[in-house]
Amino acid sequence: MRFMLLFSRQGKLRLQKWYVPLGDQEKRRLGRELVQTILGRKAKMCSFLEWRDLKVVYKRYASLYFCCAIEEQDNELITLEVIHRYVELLDKYFGSVCELDIIFNFEKAYFILDEFLLGGEAQETSKKSVLKAIEQADQLQEVRAVSIEDLSLTAVVLS
Amino acid sequence: MPAVSKGDGMRGLAVFISDIRNCKSKEAEIKRINKELANIRSKFKGDKALDGYSKKKYVCKLLFIFLLGHDIDFGHMEAVNLLSSNKYTEKQIGYLFISVLVNSNSELIRLINNAIKNDLSSRNPTFMCLALHCIANVGSREMAEAFAGEIPRILVAGDTMDSVKQSAALCLLRLYKASPDLVLMGEWTSRVVHLLNDQHMGVVTAAISLITCLSQKNPDEFKTCVSLAVSRLSRIVSSASTDLQDYTYYFVPAPWLSCKLLRLLQCYPPPEDGAVKGRLVECLETILNKAQEPPKSKKVQHSNAKNAILFEAISLIIHYDSEPNLLVRACNQLGQFLQHRETNLRYLALESMCTLASSEFSHEAVKTHIETVINALKTERDVSVRQRAADLLYAMCDRSNAKQIVAEMLSYLETADYSIREEMVLKVAILAEKYAVDYSWYVDTILNLIRIAGDYVSEEVWYRVIQIVINRDDVQGYAAKTVFEALQAPACHENMVKVGGYILGEFGNLIAGDPRSSPLVQFNLLHSKFHLCSVPTRALLLSAYIKFINLFPETKATIQEVLRSDSQIRNSDVELQQRAVEYLKLSSIASTDVLATVLEEMPPFPERESSILAKLKKKKGPGVVPVSELEDGKREGGELNGGGDRGPDSAMSASNASTPSPSADLLGLRSAAPVSAAAPSAGSLLVDVFSESGAGGPAAAVNDDGFLRFVCKNNGVLFENQLLQIGIKSEYRQNLGRMYLFYGNKTSVQFASFSTTVSYPGELQSQLNVQTKPVEPLVEGGAQVQQVLNIECITDFSEAPQLNIKFRYGGALQNITLKLPVTINKFFQPTEMAATDFFQRWKQLSQPQQEAQKIFKANHGMDTEVLKAKLLGLGTALLENVDPNPENYVCAGVVQTKSQQVGVLLRLEPNAQAQPGVQMYRLTLRSSKDTVSKRLCDLLAEQF
Repeated sequence: MRFMLLFSRQGKLRLQKWYVPLGDQEKRRLGRELVQTILGRKAKMCSFLEWRDLKVVYKRYASLYFCCAIEEQDNELITLEVIHRYVELLDKYFGSVCELDIIFNFEKAYFILDEFLLGGEAQETSKKSVLKAIEQADQLQEVRAVSIEDLSLTAVVLS
Repeated sequence: MPAVSKGDGMRGLAVFISDIRNCKSKEAEIKRINKELANIRSKFKGDKALDGYSKKKYVCKLLFIFLLGHDIDFGHMEAVNLLSSNKYTEKQIGYLFISVLVNSNSELIRLINNAIKNDLSSRNPTFMCLALHCIANVGSREMAEAFAGEIPRILVAGDTMDSVKQSAALCLLRLYKASPDLVLMGEWTSRVVHLLNDQHMGVVTAAISLITCLSQKNPDEFKTCVSLAVSRLSRIVSSASTDLQDYTYYFVPAPWLSCKLLRLLQCYPPPEDGAVKGRLVECLETILNKAQEPPKSKKVQHSNAKNAILFEAISLIIHYDSEPNLLVRACNQLGQFLQHRETNLRYLALESMCTLASSEFSHEAVKTHIETVINALKTERDVSVRQRAADLLYAMCDRSNAKQIVAEMLSYLETADYSIREEMVLKVAILAEKYAVDYSWYVDTILNLIRIAGDYVSEEVWYRVIQIVINRDDVQGYAAKTVFEALQAPACHENMVKVGGYILGEFGNLIAGDPRSSPLVQFNLLHSKFHLCSVPTRALLLSAYIKFINLFPETKATIQEVLRSDSQIRNSDVELQQRAVEYLKLSSIASTDVLATVLEEMPPFPERESSILAKLKKKKGPGVVPVSELEDGKREGGELNGGGDRGPDSAMSASNASTPSPSADLLGLRSAAPVSAAAPSAGSLLVDVFSESGAGGPAAAVNDDGFLRFVCKNNGVLFENQLLQIGIKSEYRQNLGRMYLFYGNKTSVQFASFSTTVSYPGELQSQLNVQTKPVEPLVEGGAQVQQVLNIECITDFSEAPQLNIKFRYGGALQNITLKLPVTINKFFQPTEMAATDFFQRWKQLSQPQQEAQKIFKANHGMDTEVLKAKLLGLGTALLENVDPNPENYVCAGVVQTKSQQVGVLLRLEPNAQAQPGVQMYRLTLRSSKDTVSKRLCDLLAEQF
């Protein structure tokens, strides 16, 4: 995998993970371009597209788009499930995850991703193992969770 | 205030994020950020030492600001300080900041590396993982230099925790991808392969990505992984859906690992061990069988995971391309998917079938789905799916269905998305040419193309139709009639005017008998378009007019009138003006005979690769491996052959000397490649449409295109097509030679089963000895492999050894045969001698069979320096002041063979004014052996 982007329907980037060395300018340009391309596509269209010399796999969960750029020889369907597993991990960790969780706890979203994927490849696909690693690391000080405009990402898909 | 927070939340951070979200405008956001940056800067600079928590909070804020898209130029040092904190969360934020905002400050890098080193040796697995994640995220060369030695040790150490092993494997993979030279193979590599047997599925999943990448680069060193991968796969495939506990995903056992195992196997040819192969075939059959079973869950995750494995298995089957049974089953399975209600599956099935279409075993099976695919092209709502359908139609096209497919693609073009029209046009043009049995169909198709999508018809396409019409006299009349009719349309595309102008200028006479298309009618029709056209088209039309004057003397007065008008003869465009002036003058002063000679019908174009195919390849853009030393040879080769290239426009212009032709290099690639990746099964290349033998082109015809270019030189590019480039470097001493061949994979896909063999036609076996070692069977995408040939000349020879290259690209077997440029002159030893000696020996060798002589027309200019360079390249000594005529060249040398030495004298006499405009040479060779004289004379006659 070359990179992964999470962005909102308004085109705001919520998470970006680059597995190839690129300059900040280039990252911003690619990100902008790809976000526009995907937002321009209609619902129900194919989840895969050819974009530049890459294959792009994306899926929308509630208000967030999850999008991966993969190599020619990579498997599109399994990438779709990489996205889903990541959503499940976020969901389990935050408890019914919504976009706001990822905005306010962006660092956690990165940590969870690093446990699941490293260098663009699956490191640990077991949900239990990933969450165990994260929980272990957290010194759990649950503050309080007041949920506003709780658009559950997974409510639609996971139920 | 929203406080959606978990773990040890940072209140200040949440407040800040919330503020940013409440900003009503971009300006307000920037203002708030600048305020925060000032605040953080003052905290970092302040006298009071910050505690760990504050430092963490501010670093995290900086990170957030950066991720919003703003530049951050401070805070790195504070982040580095966090790395040495004992508190995990502080360390973690420090590492995250470093991973995202990589800095090239060397002092900083030293500090970071130190912190990483400490954590790696801490024996605390969570710290070790953090450090490894950071290395993997940054992946810089500096990090590789610091840690590429340490990580393999961590990876294979017996006491390393599983989670650390997983991180270490992928960390090493990232470093290897970035700096392969720094990751040294060693004792650890064999132990890494055995991680495929690890009990922990997570370890296997991580390690296999590393193993796959290493295998691609070092297939031999890792080939034991094949049997391990097969047995692992077999265990997973045959396990019940609950056996693998948390590694089962929606009732599918270990889908990620299964896909990766199947991917790894694609780095190798089918297993040689019968038992292993049997087990693998069983796995593939089980996977295909499972596709037919009812789903264990209605969830899309279940079917996606299951089908991910299925598609990967099909890729492996296509990669092997050796099991007809599996190939046909794969094809049937994909056929089912073509009609699936899931768009994603239809897309993937179309894509996968494209590669299947190129296998001889499954080409026919793919063809049975033609109606479904055509339907997809017409009805799919998603352009990316339609694109796949168009690609598949192109791939499955052969002589039997070409008319149907071309017709469908043409009708699709009318509504096709703009983004893909140009490629569609090229594809239609290629198919029409490749499978044209009757050329009137071809002409119709191309004219339709221009009508439907004129703007997307590139120069190459209309040049090509003209080349073909000129080369095939059976279609000329039809072409003239058809363009004449097409031009009747009130609005026709400029490209149509170009083709019309050219064809009527050449062949208008073939339809002039019909009063409805009499010469004047033709002329008026063309001229009615003139004012709407651009300058290059007008220039072409002017050339057509002068051709008309020759074809139809009765139009002379009318056309001269046009040429004489101010709008032509005083045109502000210098090219148009010049043509008008010259053509007017030419038509006024030249006699009918001279006019007929100057404006004679165009001779046939040389047979060569279709420029359209070259264009399509260029569009697809396979990266050419730059090899600096080969570049020179390529350029030189291009020049030597450049003289023969001409495009319709420049060649047609009677005043071509002064024409800055817009079409200088329209014929594109010069080498005619005998392989076609697009449809190898069809066997016939585009060039074959010209060959008299017709269908069933020579799949392995000997390509001696490059051969003659190497008579007088030793280095350069011997062969190049869209997949492969072969460079050559050679050196000779006495009767021995060494040749280095460089095989460059121009694609991004690996070549499998790559092999080369040298063969000796005729008597060559006893005359020449070539020894070589086999090359590695896998050539990675973008990689270059080298092969050394040791050559011994036993006695003189006339034939050239042949090099046969075979490999698999995608599923298709490629087969290329070349003549190796080993010629008798390579074994020349130069001999200096004075004039008296030369003529004395010359006289001694006066028996008729000792002499070989040829008189021939010059193919290239008679530039003295170029000639000298060639003669020196020949290997002989170029003797100055020997021949009484200073224009002549004489050379002497001794051919060294194992059995004997053969003295050779050479004389080349240029005659620059043999006839007006014709330059001739007389070449004479004398040697003590008739076969040597003859062979050298034949070889050299092609060089000047």
